[in-house]
Amino acid sequence: MAHAATQDHHDDHHEAPKSFFRRWFMSTNHKDIGTLYLIFALLMFFIGGSMAMLIRAELFEPGLQLVQPYFFNELTTMHALVMIFGAIMPAFVGLGNWMIPLMVGAPDMALPRMNNMSFWLLPFAFTILLSSFFLPGGAPAGGWTMYPPLSIQGGDSIAFLIFFVHVSGISSIMGAINIIATILNMRAPGMDLLKMPIFVWTWLITAFLLIAVMPVLAGAVTMLLTDKYFGTSFFNAAGGGDPVLFQHVFWFFGHPEVYIMILPAFGIISEIIPTFSRKPLFGYKAMVYATASIAFLSFIVWAHHMFAVGLPLGAELFFMYATMLIAVPTGVKVFNWVTTMWKGSLTFETPMLFAVAFVILFTIGGFSGIMLALVPADFQYQDTYFVVAHFHYVLVTGAAFSIMAAVYYWLPKWSGNMYSERWGKIHFWLSVISVNVLFFPQHFLGLAGMPRRVPDYNVAFADFNMISSIGGFVFGATQLIFVGVIIHCVFFAKKKATDRVWEGSKGLEWTVPSPAPHHTFSVPPVIDDSQLAHGDVGH
Amino acid sequence: MAQQGAYYVPHHSVWPIVGSVGLFTTMFGAAHWLNDAGSFGRPMFFIGLAIVIFTLFGWFNSVIRESIKGSYNSQVDVSFRMGMMWFIFSEVMFFGAFFGALFYTRMFSVPWLGGEGHGLFTHHYLWDQYAAAWPTNGPGDVGGSFSTVSPWGLPLLNTLILLTSSVTITIAHHALRAGRRKQLLVFQALTVLLGATFLYFQAHEYMEAYEHLNLTLQSGVYGSTFFMLTGFHGLHVTLGTIMLIVIWFRCAKGHFNKENHFGFEAVAWYWHFVDVVWLCLFLFVYIM
Ligand code: HEM
Ligand SMILES: [Cu+2]
Repeated sequence: MAHAATQDHHDDHHEAPKSFFRRWFMSTNHKDIGTLYLIFALLMFFIGGSMAMLIRAELFEPGLQLVQPYFFNELTTMHALVMIFGAIMPAFVGLGNWMIPLMVGAPDMALPRMNNMSFWLLPFAFTILLSSFFLPGGAPAGGWTMYPPLSIQGGDSIAFLIFFVHVSGISSIMGAINIIATILNMRAPGMDLLKMPIFVWTWLITAFLLIAVMPVLAGAVTMLLTDKYFGTSFFNAAGGGDPVLFQHVFWFFGHPEVYIMILPAFGIISEIIPTFSRKPLFGYKAMVYATASIAFLSFIVWAHHMFAVGLPLGAELFFMYATMLIAVPTGVKVFNWVTTMWKGSLTFETPMLFAVAFVILFTIGGFSGIMLALVPADFQYQDTYFVVAHFHYVLVTGAAFSIMAAVYYWLPKWSGNMYSERWGKIHFWLSVISVNVLFFPQHFLGLAGMPRRVPDYNVAFADFNMISSIGGFVFGATQLIFVGVIIHCVFFAKKKATDRVWEGSKGLEWTVPSPAPHHTFSVPPVIDDSQLAHGDVGH
Repeated sequence: MAQQGAYYVPHHSVWPIVGSVGLFTTMFGAAHWLNDAGSFGRPMFFIGLAIVIFTLFGWFNSVIRESIKGSYNSQVDVSFRMGMMWFIFSEVMFFGAFFGALFYTRMFSVPWLGGEGHGLFTHHYLWDQYAAAWPTNGPGDVGGSFSTVSPWGLPLLNTLILLTSSVTITIAHHALRAGRRKQLLVFQALTVLLGATFLYFQAHEYMEAYEHLNLTLQSGVYGSTFFMLTGFHGLHVTLGTIMLIVIWFRCAKGHFNKENHFGFEAVAWYWHFVDVVWLCLFLFVYIM
């Protein structure tokens, strides 16, 4: 039987195609497509990052100096859209593409052609979005949340934003379907659900969230489209509609969306910490259940983004308590990570440094989240820099840090070379210091009342803004080191990686050679429980 | 695991990138067209659509060829099934957004506009003459006064048509499994016919609404929810009918056998899904 399985149906290509176009544009290979996703995400990280640099430059001092207020609004809107849909989400999909088949022992993704389409829709989606900068009325400026009536009172660009959402939404749904089918259908015999690496588990649940909420966002923006261009009244009170309806539909998507951006990060951290603690993950099953509960709860907390919009009291209370409940499974995770490290023989290579920073800094973001979840407190905090600080702690030091950790962790497997540990550490320390200089003062700004999305502010806020901007510039510049480390590792590094790469690493992905060959696991591997990555195996 | 040979991983394929170019051309064209009716957007939109349709032909063509060649083992079949299932689930969520909008409007925002509980002040300061009701085109009488379509005429007929079509497609499926070719073709054709009839009546109803009832897409929130829900449903029936026609030809060509006919089943699932959406529409949009 094992022999029959080696008979490939297709011709026996085991190498990557020679032709550049074939390899990168017509690919059906999960590794190449994963690489494309990751490169795209990095590019978007820098495009979105440049916008952030402009924003911070304008906010360096009170008064208007660099950009016009309307263009400033375009920048904040586009910065968020590019970072969320262009950098964080594609990076996670890229990591999933690369690692899920390797981690479950599958020959490729379940639907390889669709996989390529999921990727290629993205550059086109962003062409639609970014081209709006060149429209007569400029890019969308009503905020990434697209609240009507403001968003449909701008220029032509809203149509571009809406179609961007449609195309990138189709990409996300296709990607998510592929990931679910791969995880449920392509596992090697013996890789039971409760033996899967946590990263695979978190992606399974994330994919479910994606399929459930991306269509809802598509519906919401379609209503915007018809309200603007075809005279419907969904969000027009004169016609019997309600602008607040948009906020409900949007945040029904939006809150699960923030978990789409953090659950895979939880998965990554749950892979890295055991490796560098040389101990199995503490509470594997609890991690799985916590992830599932967070996903469930994420569907019933959306109105915590709308506390100040004028909801009935009962709704305020319900959404407040439901939101605070999320802290329980999240706390389970944080304690499990800490307990995994407890009495481990720890070493602090770059991935571990980022992982530890994640645990601490993400938790700070979680705490500010709890503060925001308190209705009476949120009345003061909403729409201030406190919210900005909150979501940057969870998204930058959370999601983005986890992606960097993952890149350092798996790059040797992908490229076959070791990155420069020294420059990785320099990248880490500069990042972790500057990111706190950048975002920590924003808490104080918010508590003192500085509103978000403004190009100018009261002189009373000057000092903290300047500090924040300096942190921002350093953080931005530091990311060039990241690119340098990657390029050096892939093309120039002398030090070869072993197959296992890290002393404490466990799991199927470390059993294939480094660099991972173009095709892996064409024959399903034999699963050896003692080589799997977590604690419940063998019980 | 029932494995005959390795999981089929196609080498490379040109269709995904062509399809992406097509979708981009369509959407980019549409965005320009919406903003400026005379711009290059309109032709671009149609060119894009043509590329998308071309892609669908090419892509399905290679899948069908591979399937006939026997490249797919049972594991591949499961992947296809999961793909279709989750795709339908995403469609359910898409309709969910519009049904959600309908329920929210009817249960909360319209009563609030009329001054109930929470919306007291909006009512008081902006529209103190407005009394909440359903159907409504709002305090601004957006689109002018209109009347609604009675559920017990064409909509009821359409309900019966779609329900019957669900039965005929099931009979066709049984015929396929039992190898009764003729019955299969007849009942599949009947399903197509019923789908087309549904669409014809739906178009007729829209014309009635526009010409005699002054019920249009612009008739306030009632017109918005009515036409967007029934319109998206109609679009899905159109797609479903096209899919049924394709499947009829594939049946006629003998692409399916008793055991392997996932293409048929996928379309049948889709058709049932469209049917269920209609039942919800009939209940919540027309009757209630
Ligand atoms: C313990 C967990 C969390 C709680 C209790 C929480 C709570 C909240 C609340 C109440 C708000 C609304 C604040 C306002 O606008 O007044 C908010 C905003 C936000 N949160 Fe969280 N959050 C949590 C975790 C996360 C995570 C994990 C992410 C993403 C990875 C995230 C991303 C965001 C974003 C992006 C916003 C701002 C949205 C906007 O207005 O543009 N949050 N959070
Ligand atoms: Cu939220």
